[in-house]
Amino acid sequence: MTSYIIRRLIQGIIVLIIMTLIVFFAMRLLPGDPLTIFIGQQASSGSLSGAQLESLRHEYGLDKPVMMQYFDWFGGIFRGDLGTSIYYHEDVGKLLGERFPITLHLGLVAFIIANVFGILLGLFAGIRRGTWIDSVSTTLANIGITIPVFWLGALLIYVFGLKLHWLPIYGYTSPFEDFWLNTKQIIMPVICLAITGMAYTARQMRSAMLEVIRQDYIRTAWSKGLPERTIIIKHALKNSLIPVITLMGIGLGMVFGGAVIVETVFAIPGVGRLLVTSVFAQDYVVVQSGTLLIAAIVISCNLIVDISYGWLDPRIRYG
Amino acid sequence: MTKNTTMIREFSEAPPRVNEWRRFRRVFFQRKLVIFGLVILTLLVIAAIFAPWLTPYDPYIGDLGESLAQPSWTHLLGTDIQGRDTLCRLIYGARTALIVGFVTTITAAIAGIVLGLVAGYFGAIINMIIMRAMDALMGFPMLLLALLLAAVLGSGIQNVIIALAVATLPGYARVMHGLTLSVQENDYILAERAMGSDKWRIMLNHILPNTLPPIIVLVTLQLGSVILAEAGLSFLGIGIRPPGAAWGSMVYDGYRFLLSNPVLSFAPGLAIMLVVFAFNMVGDGLRDALDPRLRGVI
Amino acid sequence: MAELLHVKDLVTQFKTESGVVKAVNGVSYYIDEQEIIGLVGESGCGKSVSQLSVMQLISAPGEITGGEVIFERENLLEYQPHGPEMRAIRGAKIAMIFQEPMTSLNPVLTIAQQLTEMLVLHKKMNADDARKKAIELLDMVGIPAAEKRIDDYPHNFSGGMRQRVMIAMGLSCNPKILIADEPTTALDVTTQAQLLEMMKNMVQQFRTSLVIVTHNLGVVARYAQRIYIMYAGRIVESGPTKEIFGRPRHPYTIGLLKCIPRLDEEEGKKLIPINGLPPNLINMPPTCAFLPRCSWKIDKCSKKPWPELTSVSSNHFIRCYVNTKEKKS
Repeated sequence: MTSYIIRRLIQGIIVLIIMTLIVFFAMRLLPGDPLTIFIGQQASSGSLSGAQLESLRHEYGLDKPVMMQYFDWFGGIFRGDLGTSIYYHEDVGKLLGERFPITLHLGLVAFIIANVFGILLGLFAGIRRGTWIDSVSTTLANIGITIPVFWLGALLIYVFGLKLHWLPIYGYTSPFEDFWLNTKQIIMPVICLAITGMAYTARQMRSAMLEVIRQDYIRTAWSKGLPERTIIIKHALKNSLIPVITLMGIGLGMVFGGAVIVETVFAIPGVGRLLVTSVFAQDYVVVQSGTLLIAAIVISCNLIVDISYGWLDPRIRYG
Repeated sequence: MTKNTTMIREFSEAPPRVNEWRRFRRVFFQRKLVIFGLVILTLLVIAAIFAPWLTPYDPYIGDLGESLAQPSWTHLLGTDIQGRDTLCRLIYGARTALIVGFVTTITAAIAGIVLGLVAGYFGAIINMIIMRAMDALMGFPMLLLALLLAAVLGSGIQNVIIALAVATLPGYARVMHGLTLSVQENDYILAERAMGSDKWRIMLNHILPNTLPPIIVLVTLQLGSVILAEAGLSFLGIGIRPPGAAWGSMVYDGYRFLLSNPVLSFAPGLAIMLVVFAFNMVGDGLRDALDPRLRGVI
Repeated sequence: MAELLHVKDLVTQFKTESGVVKAVNGVSYYIDEQEIIGLVGESGCGKSVSQLSVMQLISAPGEITGGEVIFERENLLEYQPHGPEMRAIRGAKIAMIFQEPMTSLNPVLTIAQQLTEMLVLHKKMNADDARKKAIELLDMVGIPAAEKRIDDYPHNFSGGMRQRVMIAMGLSCNPKILIADEPTTALDVTTQAQLLEMMKNMVQQFRTSLVIVTHNLGVVARYAQRIYIMYAGRIVESGPTKEIFGRPRHPYTIGLLKCIPRLDEEEGKKLIPINGLPPNLINMPPTCAFLPRCSWKIDKCSKKPWPELTSVSSNHFIRCYVNTKEKKS
């Protein structure tokens, strides 16, 4: 067990390092000099001399060889130093630190809603196959998988924001500041973030359930005289969750991928919005660290998923 | 993830039966939603090919006097801020969606198949390098990776295609890797190897054909997700830039006029959804018809 | 002994794409208290389906369309399949164990979890008592170190051990009847014998009646008091075990017996297989289903419908026109 976890951990770290390489060198391939943007900003307050440019280059470490820049950045991560944003002129750690709780808040709420509702929808669709519950659940799942979230956002904003005036159409207020306003603000973004994951979970859960309830051990359970509720909860649920759990790691990736769009739609100052802005601003310092942050979360969640198999499925012996 | 390969192992043990064309047709055309999907896709292809003949308007240059017209008999879905006909841009957008969808998917599938096949067949260090790289690519949320790559490569349809292809190819590589591992366990492959047949010949003649049905299904389903991702990118303003007609950017452009002209956002969004839905339905139908054991795996 | 269960004219059908399969087509049998009976037939003859029907464990597309299952003066088929009355019977009064020990136990639950839930449900035991009782039962069916093994998962056990667990489970609530559906088919021969012997001792100890469903006449020869032979959804011969083995009367039974190697016969005697395959159960003709494979057939067989079970001696019945006694076998 321990050796399995250690092995998976090492594997995860290797993958993460490869990811930092991909991000770092991709950003270095960006057309143009990152400093030109900086210069563009400074242009109004007077032009920069060649010497000033050189000192800036030195300040951002851009005069070093690319490999050295990579190691500087990589080493900085462990010291908690992620560098200074070229566009925002702020410490990247601070930039991310301010925005990450917002993305995490929305993401976690969406993730929980997606999985709870997805599992319930799929469960009832599976055990009541062919009934109206099944049709409703399957239709919802099909819509959820195919709907563009930014379009769903437009529909929601139109109906609940512009026509009914029930919900604010943009912004984010800290729940500690104004909980009620925060709740109203996050309803639509959370629906947009959760819908795809919920649909995939419901689909997977339904087919897993259909597979499980025709297994011999379910017939054994019936032959013992157990009521349906016990059979579903005790005997079928755990078995059918195994394939669903696999999807959860991917589902979390979807939530963070979706954050890029949803935070843009609802003008939420989270990491997703920051990344989009920084990509346009060619602010590689922010992009590489922000991407790494999200990647690290996705990788750790996949790791947790892999390890949690052992709890669900005793046949896995972490050999 | 090991779970996935064992599941794949189970269904790929029996080679596909080729002479079941009739059964295939019966299962495939049995569901109404599959037919619905086929109809949508046919309309999409017609729209994409015959775009210039289907609409009297120019998709790029509008009549500013007609700016933000409400739907009417002259402009069935109204016009945008530049006075361009929405329906006309929608029809031209079908071209973008189809070109990006197909070229991306085919590129990604070929690259992914080759990588997965090589990794699975040669094993050891090659396998390690390829599959860890694929894991790394898969660690990024797909849209984020595409965004990053599109930003690096710059705008333009070919760069969007490259970005999306790179973002989707790990999926093919992984499935192909699992399939290769399981198929080559079959006795006849072992026999071929024992007789000293050429590695590449075994791969092309024996392993590849056996892995086709799941790959075909995966390709169809991926077409939908690629079109969805392309729409997401152009919504964010990356990729196909104005005045090029892309459904995603049309939705974005319509946001400003959501209250007065909701159709500007609603129509292209609905188009995206219908097309993605159609590809998914056809993909599901193909899966059930080709090999129902793939259900839940792909 | 008093009669415990009486199945009358049971009919179970499966609606498939190619037609209605009459898997069980008017089966009647009974079992007395503390009796062991055997239900024998080729695979697909409906013997398992008939037993699942008694428990009302038939799921779609299957359906019980006729007959009665009289148990303790009540017709079980009048109960809702998953209603409270039926659930109070299952496991508590009539228990069942299945052919595949590898898949019949839930892989994600421990033996303890699976063994104690019936005791808690039917015997209203608390968790501690149920666990003690479960260990005791495992001990009785011959699981070594039962106290430790009880917290293992099914995959930690071999097939034979799992079937022992199933037997312990089946007997845990002192049922009146234990139905064993091909209990030893999936096991190797040495395990089979041990298991059957153990099962016989256990049901004697628990004063439980036992229905052994098998395709292997040899399995029931030693243990069953009476035997029912099934073919194509019907019972074709029934009688005391000695009668069936000593004076088989139905051509099918005679055929079955000729397929079994016997040590007490002279060397060199050939085993004679029954030619042909069991019939397709869709659109069966009204005539005897064994007719195409029968080497005894007479004109009457193809002209008249399959006869009812008729008595050939006091407790021995066959469903056949041919008086096989007159023809030398």
